[in-house]
Amino acid sequence: MIYGYAWDTSSPLAYAVSILPILAIGLVVTLKAAVSGFVVALVLGLIWYLLRRTRIRAVAWSTALLVEFIRDTPLLVQLFFLYYVLPDYGVVLPALVTGVLALGLQYSAYTAEVYRGGFGAVPRGQWEAAIALNLSRYRIYRDIVIPQAVPRIMPAMGNYAVSMLKETPVLSVVTVLDMLNLANMIGDRTFEYLIPLSLVGVIFPIMTTLCSVGIHLLERILPRDGIALR
Amino acid sequence: MTGPLIEFRDVGKRFDRLTVLDRFCFTVQQGEKVSLIGPSGSGKSTVLRILMTLEPFQEGTLTLGGISYHQPHGRGPFKASERHLREVRRNVGMVFQSFNLFPHMTALRNIVEAPMAVLGLGREEAESRALELLRLVGLLDKKDHFPAQLSGGQQQRVAIARAMAMRPRVLLFDEPTSALDPELVGEVLGVIRMLAHEHDLTMLLVTHEMRFAREISDRVCFFDSGQIVEQGSPDRIFAEPAHPRTRAFLKSVLAESRTA
Ligand SMILES: Nc1ncnc2c1ncn2[C@@H]1O[C@H](COP(=O)(O)OP(=O)(O)OP(=O)(O)O)[C@@H](O)[C@H]1O
Ligand SMILES: [Mg+2]
Repeated sequence: MIYGYAWDTSSPLAYAVSILPILAIGLVVTLKAAVSGFVVALVLGLIWYLLRRTRIRAVAWSTALLVEFIRDTPLLVQLFFLYYVLPDYGVVLPALVTGVLALGLQYSAYTAEVYRGGFGAVPRGQWEAAIALNLSRYRIYRDIVIPQAVPRIMPAMGNYAVSMLKETPVLSVVTVLDMLNLANMIGDRTFEYLIPLSLVGVIFPIMTTLCSVGIHLLERILPRDGIALR
Repeated sequence: MTGPLIEFRDVGKRFDRLTVLDRFCFTVQQGEKVSLIGPSGSGKSTVLRILMTLEPFQEGTLTLGGISYHQPHGRGPFKASERHLREVRRNVGMVFQSFNLFPHMTALRNIVEAPMAVLGLGREEAESRALELLRLVGLLDKKDHFPAQLSGGQQQRVAIARAMAMRPRVLLFDEPTSALDPELVGEVLGVIRMLAHEHDLTMLLVTHEMRFAREISDRVCFFDSGQIVEQGSPDRIFAEPAHPRTRAFLKSVLAESRTA
């Protein structure tokens, strides 16, 4: 029994049905981790991108170095580092928060690159025309640059969102009770791993497909008239 | 107002180690129509881009519509506050070689954007003014088209209307027809010609269309290596250029246009 739900191993179907509520609780954790992780990645990536293009060379350089370092170290190493090393320095975070930070950090290296591509694809001439019209910096970003950059950014960001969702089971190694971790626990107690793990294996593609569809719908809704997307 | 509308005094402009303008002096009176001609790389665009505040300069003083900004000789890169630059920009508009319309906005939206955002006009007033300008450039029926749905000549006419919507005292044209197919040049020149009749509007035009420059300008300035080598009335510059480099340049341009 986990979370008050008992399993019924009388038949494979009964077994599957009986553990679904437990997996559903894990699924919520998985989704929480993926969504918050992605928000962290979006925000951090934007910060990296902006820092990298400041005129202060030292800042731009060290940011570039840091991002490269984040990109080149495995997620698992970052995760262990945050989970086991930070407490030594008095920073004790819940496992889920640690996991979200690690996921967000790793993916921020990728999103920074996407921002660079998207904003970089807005031609200099657009900036110059906007300045010549005396638009404020805020207006230039809001009305000219962001509307042209976002449709270019969306597809790549969508891919990273899906792939981050698929990577969340990694968090189970630092005791986050996500779907995979719960499936494992069920197996540990029933000595029957096939069904719980298969269910997890089926739920993930369903989730990622839904996620992809959602992103495509979003891309459809976004105005992009006149913007050449290659 | 007395005194020139535009005055470059000893302006120095460098790109890294390359000096483009050195102790550059240049004045323009309100309402003057001035053409800048000269070989590639002589600094014509740089002068316009400095006026539009798209390029900083390192030395000297620039005065535009009574607002000065300057950099004491020999000290660090020029820096003016964003607020100061925006004051300067209020007087100036620019038309670019590559049009630079905003691709995600219709022709009308392109024109009303800045008057609404910067001048604080209401939508109704901004649109009625924009429609009037579109009518003037002959594109009223294209108001709901996106730039990609317009020809180069049409895009440039919208860009001119967009710049005019800000009611600038100075309008800068940087080779406005150079990116156009030959058969579309005429319609854009027609619009510029019409603006040239506006008495108070000051125009600076960089162009390779010598005949057009001769026709509409009050003054033609021949640039070479960041200097105005020779300037004067169009008839004098084109008919009897005094400086050998002006003569050589006009000859080469003429030969080019004959072979083209
Ligand atoms: N952003 C830049 N960085 C470095 N050098 C530049 C830059 N812009 C212009 N220059 C250099 O400054 C000089 C003057 O350029 P400018 O564009 O003003 O010439 P131009 O007279 O407009 O020429 P063209 O007829 O080819 O447009 C050239 O030598 C050019 O290479
Ligand atoms: Mg030029």
